[in-house]
Amino acid sequence: MWEYAPAPENRDIANLKPSYRMFLDGEFVEGAGEPLKTVNPATEEVLAEVSTADKNDVDRAVKAARRAYDRVWGKMPGAERAKYIYRIARMIAERARELAVLESLDNGKPIKESRDVDVPTASAHFFYHAGWADKLGYAGLGPDPRPLGVAGQVIPWNFPLLMAAWKIAPALACGNTVVLKPAETTPLTALVLAEIIQQAELPPGVVNILPGAGDVGAELVSHAGVDKVAFTGSTDVGKLIQRSLAGKGKKVTLELGGKAANVVFDDAPLDQAVEGIVNGIFFNQGHVCCAGSRLLVQESVADELIEKLHARVSTLRIGDPLDKNTDVGAINSREQLTKITELVESGESEGAEKWVSPCPLPDKGFFFAPTVFSGVSQAMRIAREEIFGPVLSVLTFRTPDEAIAKANNTPYGLSAGIWTEKGSRILWAANKLRAGVVWANTFNRFDPTAPFGGYQESGFGREGGRTGLEAYLDV
Amino acid sequence: MSDRLSVAKTYKLYIGGAFPRSESGRSYVVRDSKGGFLANAAQGSRKDVREAVVAARKAFGGWSGATAYNRGQVLYRVAELLEGRREQFIAETAASEGIATKKAQSTVDAAIDRWVWYAGWTDKIATVLGASNPVAGPYFSFSVPEPTGVVGVLAPQASSLLGLVSVVAPVIATGNTAVVITSQDRPLPAITLSEVLATSDVPGGVVNIVTGRTAELAPWLASHADVNALDLAGAPESMRAELEGAAADTVKRVLRARATEPDWTAQPDMSRLRAFVESKTVWHPMGV
Repeated sequence: MWEYAPAPENRDIANLKPSYRMFLDGEFVEGAGEPLKTVNPATEEVLAEVSTADKNDVDRAVKAARRAYDRVWGKMPGAERAKYIYRIARMIAERARELAVLESLDNGKPIKESRDVDVPTASAHFFYHAGWADKLGYAGLGPDPRPLGVAGQVIPWNFPLLMAAWKIAPALACGNTVVLKPAETTPLTALVLAEIIQQAELPPGVVNILPGAGDVGAELVSHAGVDKVAFTGSTDVGKLIQRSLAGKGKKVTLELGGKAANVVFDDAPLDQAVEGIVNGIFFNQGHVCCAGSRLLVQESVADELIEKLHARVSTLRIGDPLDKNTDVGAINSREQLTKITELVESGESEGAEKWVSPCPLPDKGFFFAPTVFSGVSQAMRIAREEIFGPVLSVLTFRTPDEAIAKANNTPYGLSAGIWTEKGSRILWAANKLRAGVVWANTFNRFDPTAPFGGYQESGFGREGGRTGLEAYLDV
Repeated sequence: MSDRLSVAKTYKLYIGGAFPRSESGRSYVVRDSKGGFLANAAQGSRKDVREAVVAARKAFGGWSGATAYNRGQVLYRVAELLEGRREQFIAETAASEGIATKKAQSTVDAAIDRWVWYAGWTDKIATVLGASNPVAGPYFSFSVPEPTGVVGVLAPQASSLLGLVSVVAPVIATGNTAVVITSQDRPLPAITLSEVLATSDVPGGVVNIVTGRTAELAPWLASHADVNALDLAGAPESMRAELEGAAADTVKRVLRARATEPDWTAQPDMSRLRAFVESKTVWHPMGV
């Protein structure tokens, strides 16, 4: 293992403020909810106090969004809406470094990921959707598709800014107004995005951002003034939302959990596959709904692959998220760390063979060493349940048909991976895998032009691409 | 007129390509609009619904894996056979719905034409809904629509043939398989349609038809864990919220019904085709 000198990013660049307020009707205002303290998961220090919404604040925000929709945004020509959205894209890019540092502080993800993935992709998402605003008639959904009205959106903590962009950009492009609730543990970058939205001079009420816990989200999605609900998060909460909205007539899209199979055939380029497997499960500490958490390896190459994998994972550097050399950052919260620990214990007690990276861990903060289970059977919890952490379960198969059967043996269906040099096998497997995104000889690639979303209990509706517009139009 | 007594048909269920009676042994009286006796229909049960779901799941691999061209030909073949039995459907629809022969004729004609319309869609959906994604990097990325899986269909209550065809054809055109609960009071054209399906190259299990009490059967379909989507077209208004709620247990896609049954004679758009497809995005690196 090579030694690296620390290369920390300067945390002052985050412009961290002692307190943040919610964004309602174009103003930053105190919420009436109990303020929350957001914590740096790498150090457990409090970063800032954030005001939260109560029921009445949610009502005010939805009414502000309705006014903005009725009076301004809903009837604004698409070309004008587009220019506002382009402004947001540009301003995110201008403040990219600040946002990246703040994201790593609040979320715990490595700075190289927030810098190279989260923030640039968020900007790209606004830029892409801005262009749709005056071209919706070309989306194949009728000559003049209409917006839905007010969108209530609830997002998770794993990609705080990027998920806000995935939600807000298409909603605005299609002519809707927005009330968005960021996750309880990661509200900061969404509130800086609110600053950007204010600086971009969006009309008041077009976007409202209300921090808070799950109760605020429940209040928001069930509010009678909300026409459209978009949720990204756990399958359990997604089901609750779908059930609670039954018969209410609101358009709903859900992007939920996953237990993706990453399938390695015996002719795969193994070194390249190892890189993809590592990226698939250890990117963002495995806090990724589409993480490649079930590795399916053809039996004849399993030993060789696992050995290479252990060697590679041993070189991953775990630690300070702000260090540019860090590969795996902090687990987002104590709660999530507890959940990961519990599932890993179940893997051991159910008889899987545990291997843990020997890398040193910081002595404070929420960290979990990259873990690889081999000898996993399909019935084990670690093969069935979403762990949402840096834990890989390795299963084996003998024939391609068996690989597909095992890969599809899950109620989820968000993503899948294929590793083989054989083109016809890639296309065959891509066709057979029941998942919304299939990465072949790569993993965890995202782009605003490429629709993303799940089959089965991974949710419904797509984000990105032409298809993603359907979620925000009355079609 | 001869004095000959006609041979009356026994109306049964259509499951997995076969015509079983309800396992429950129950039947119910189907009457015309004036209250006259038409026939006894099988009164399907929870177990019949579950058998139908098993059949639909079993048929899904073959049907979704068939070429779009093949599916188009099969759907077109349904139109051909329906045309051949046009007079029978006119009589049965007129009796079921209490409409004049002339209206029944136009209804049956529209139903035949609807099969032709959807037959033509099978090999165009991927072109229209799919995409080449111009991602910002050295990757080839494309998206294709794929069938959602097993779709539970509550057929329209009033329009016993045209409404039925209008909801079933788009479901199977995209490669899904269907479990259909027919109009409760007007089930006979659906069963006669199943005879057409059985003889027109639609593989057994692709469409399964259960007659009976909608209120009894629909909750089993809505909550069945191996059903991927639900079309509420013919759901009683009082049950729609409950059914949608039950569907949430396995995150089913739900196509809601309008407040009143739509005019099925209107030319459809793509919305029913879009309702039961999933978009799959595939990525591969480019390089030498």
